[in-house]
Amino acid sequence: MALLAGQTGAHVLAGGTDLLVKLRSEMIEPEMIVDIKRIDGMRAIVPEAGGWRIGAGVSGAEMGEHAGLCADWPGVVEAAGLIGSTQVQGRATIAGNLCNALPAADSVPAMVAANAVVRIIGPKGARELPAIDVPQGPGKTVLEPGEFVASVFLPPRAARSADCYLRFIPRSEMDIAVVGCGLWLALDDADRVTEARVALGAVGPKVMLVAEAAGAIIGRSLDDAALADLAAACSRAATPMDDKRGTVDFRRHVSGVLARRAAEIAAGRAKGETA
Amino acid sequence: MSQIHVTSRINGDATEFLCDADETLMDVLRDRLGLTGTKEGCGTGDCGACTVAVDGRLVCSCLMLGAEAEGRNVATIEGMATGDQLHPLQQKFIEMAALQCGICTPGILVAAKSLLERNPDPSEEEVRYWLAGNLCRCTGYDKIIRAVMETAADMRRAS
Amino acid sequence: MALDDTKKAQQFKVIGTRPDRPDGIDKVTGRARFGADMVLPGMLTGRILRSPHAHARIRSIDTSKAEALSGVKAVVTRADFDDVPEDMADILDNCMAGTKALYDGHAVAAVAANSSAVARKALKLIEVDYEVLPHVTDVDEAMQPDAPVLHEGCQQETVPEGMSPNVIARSEFGHGDVEAGLAQADRVVKRTFRTAATHQGYIEPHACVATMSADGQGDLWVCTQGHYMVRNTCAAILGLEQGQLRVTASEIGGGFGGKTAVFLEPVALMLARKSGRPVKMVMSRSEVLRASGPTSSTSIDVKIGMTKEGRITAGMAELRYQGGAWPGSPVDMGAMSAFAPYDLENVKTIGWDVVTNRPKAAAYRAPGAPMAAFAVESAVDELARGFCLDPLEVRLMNGADEGTRASYGPTYPAIGLKATLEAAKAHPHWSAPLGENQGRGVACGFWFNFGGDTCVSLNITPDGTVTVSEGNPDIGGSRASMTMMAAEELGIPYEQVRTIIADTGSLGQNEVTDGSRVTFAVGLATIEAARAAKREMCRRAALVWGIDEDAVD
Repeated sequence: MALLAGQTGAHVLAGGTDLLVKLRSEMIEPEMIVDIKRIDGMRAIVPEAGGWRIGAGVSGAEMGEHAGLCADWPGVVEAAGLIGSTQVQGRATIAGNLCNALPAADSVPAMVAANAVVRIIGPKGARELPAIDVPQGPGKTVLEPGEFVASVFLPPRAARSADCYLRFIPRSEMDIAVVGCGLWLALDDADRVTEARVALGAVGPKVMLVAEAAGAIIGRSLDDAALADLAAACSRAATPMDDKRGTVDFRRHVSGVLARRAAEIAAGRAKGETA
Repeated sequence: MSQIHVTSRINGDATEFLCDADETLMDVLRDRLGLTGTKEGCGTGDCGACTVAVDGRLVCSCLMLGAEAEGRNVATIEGMATGDQLHPLQQKFIEMAALQCGICTPGILVAAKSLLERNPDPSEEEVRYWLAGNLCRCTGYDKIIRAVMETAADMRRAS
Repeated sequence: MALDDTKKAQQFKVIGTRPDRPDGIDKVTGRARFGADMVLPGMLTGRILRSPHAHARIRSIDTSKAEALSGVKAVVTRADFDDVPEDMADILDNCMAGTKALYDGHAVAAVAANSSAVARKALKLIEVDYEVLPHVTDVDEAMQPDAPVLHEGCQQETVPEGMSPNVIARSEFGHGDVEAGLAQADRVVKRTFRTAATHQGYIEPHACVATMSADGQGDLWVCTQGHYMVRNTCAAILGLEQGQLRVTASEIGGGFGGKTAVFLEPVALMLARKSGRPVKMVMSRSEVLRASGPTSSTSIDVKIGMTKEGRITAGMAELRYQGGAWPGSPVDMGAMSAFAPYDLENVKTIGWDVVTNRPKAAAYRAPGAPMAAFAVESAVDELARGFCLDPLEVRLMNGADEGTRASYGPTYPAIGLKATLEAAKAHPHWSAPLGENQGRGVACGFWFNFGGDTCVSLNITPDGTVTVSEGNPDIGGSRASMTMMAAEELGIPYEQVRTIIADTGSLGQNEVTDGSRVTFAVGLATIEAARAAKREMCRRAALVWGIDEDAVD
């Protein structure tokens, strides 16, 4: 931390899968790179207060191999497992994915749906922030100079609740999300939705937590009508761009499709029918 | 800026090298250590030609700094055969013509070896997704996938 | 040399078997050496400064600060190159810009330094004074009268008066009366297609290591589809005698036509000459995509008439291709091949070669043909389906055969199109029922073939084993093929023959590895070399045994 604070133009290195690409294209020319992975705790996944504290140096692959994390937050784990390739997942971190702040980041909607909280360390001490508050816009975060994310906290998994992350890409792998949807819900004993969080990525300058989409299913069973309302709310809320991967209309439509499917998968997991 | 001194283990051999702070592990392997089996196809982690294993974990060596190899075990294509004994995957790739120009082959072999070490009985879909980060412009992938599946079967029979 | 006309059925011993390829172990162990894998003592790193502007006049270049940087051993600009023969002028201009930068990525200067870091720093110290000009990258826009002009005075007399100077040439092929033919059709389809300047996407970026001495001797290690072409081109550009420049082809990590041209090599040699040291130059992926040679982007109009029975009564296409900032897109190949699969009474194709502010296009698998085929076949398909006809039957009905007058002029000898179509028709894939979300299609294409200069040297070693030296980079297994052909012809096992790709000092001229010619042309030369070796052995045996040559079996 002293290193970062003392040196302007210093960059934090976690997984390096974004930093090295920027270095190579000379998008950045840092005076110093601070590798945080050897700091205590940075590479650890630790149970805490019923939830999980994931160090900022933990790779997506390591998350996928952690039985406890997979059991509690399969959506966050599967999101991290979609970033890049096997090789990229061997290094890439969800903290880095969040701080790189690109609109189509895969792990971010999942973290937001899970209500993840990040611990930020800086010259003025430590602070906690909900993950959704970190990105400000494409490539911009709220981090002050000298600050870095030290860990991501995933809360305890409530009974009969589960998360899911789905994305659409033009290829079958190795592409940037056209739409990403992270969804978490909790069910009562009658399988009605009691709580929900629906987050969309790649359809706006930063991740969106769509309150109307959650509102569309809370208090209801997940029947066709509820799912249709969920999908419609997502399609309305999305503010995508046209580009070579998808048109505005297509992305709006797919936002709804993915939300519907994610809700069904999350419900299956919440009921314990599927992992 | 002075160079960084790194102590590492490469293909089982204790190795020391100097590198610039912003030099990648790929550059170190190829230009400092003469291990040119690892290839640069893109430099941005998209093609997988630079695949190596670090502490048993597959990574793109172009996305890792040389300095990050401090204290780590790095496994490259050069360490896959033992003397003149090819690894079963290497042998099978030749027999089944799972390569044409051969530039992607080292990366694919390192990646496939890692898969079979973790999962001796992968489905075709598992093989394809595991190798999705290794691009090939010549073969159309079919013979590569078949060679990996057949090697897996051979290795299961032999064990 | 005539082939054996008798075509008698032959029992092959080696041909038809599946031996392991000779470069297999090297390639699966990482031992095989590709373009960027060579190192030489004292080697410098070369890097190129590229124009950030798509079109700009280069008013001046000040390299003094770069030259003064510690660790920099040479700096090169166009001023270092003498005038070259006319047929090399565009190639040199692409390798190193002269008065204008003509595309974003165009090389304007180069440095050689004792490390990659110093080379990068040196590039930043080169000051280029650009006068930015309007640019054009779309082929149709470039043809407009008010389009920004790249070159004056390149337009050929085939182009009508009044067209933009960016329109370089017009070609025309065909026969019959298209209008009359269209009038006989039950339906005429008129469509426009546009295709992009796709890059070949070979995984191995361009790379070379160059050495040059003051006495004019040079050595070059390079990944290429044709090291003799590289030698001849670089010799011309650097003012060397061809025989003094020895080029060795490394293993090649894909080319697909994109490595049939030079980009870095003349610059690397010039840096080597100026510095007196070996210079290694490797393109980054970003440089490959910005500054090597993708295929042409195109704009194609087709008009085809068909009767309701499926007979094509007339076909017409106008093809507009841009080949980058210099003349030479493969539009005439496209114009020739567009309707070549068909037996047509009335056909006409017109091709326009256009320049734009894009990198100089290179071959990409049958250069010019896939785009033309895409346009024509789409229209033929549309007509066939419109009449509820089987698209494959329509191809058979109109397919070219022995004796057909090709759309581009010659009369075909025996060709295999109809046999191929019949085989496709008989294949289970054609008749298998389609599942959900499954489709099926058929299309025809045409490409030429040729022999080209080929030189093979076959040597018998003292122990009776054989080395075959040929001059064509092996892009996917041709060494094994030559070995098999030599072994077959000589009647010895495959394992007793070794084929190598010899450097340019070892053989006469060899055409590039392209056009699907190597198995055919180099194979033919290998077989002929083996026969010559047999004849010589018979002659010597006859001398030793004191008998007639003909008596030796």
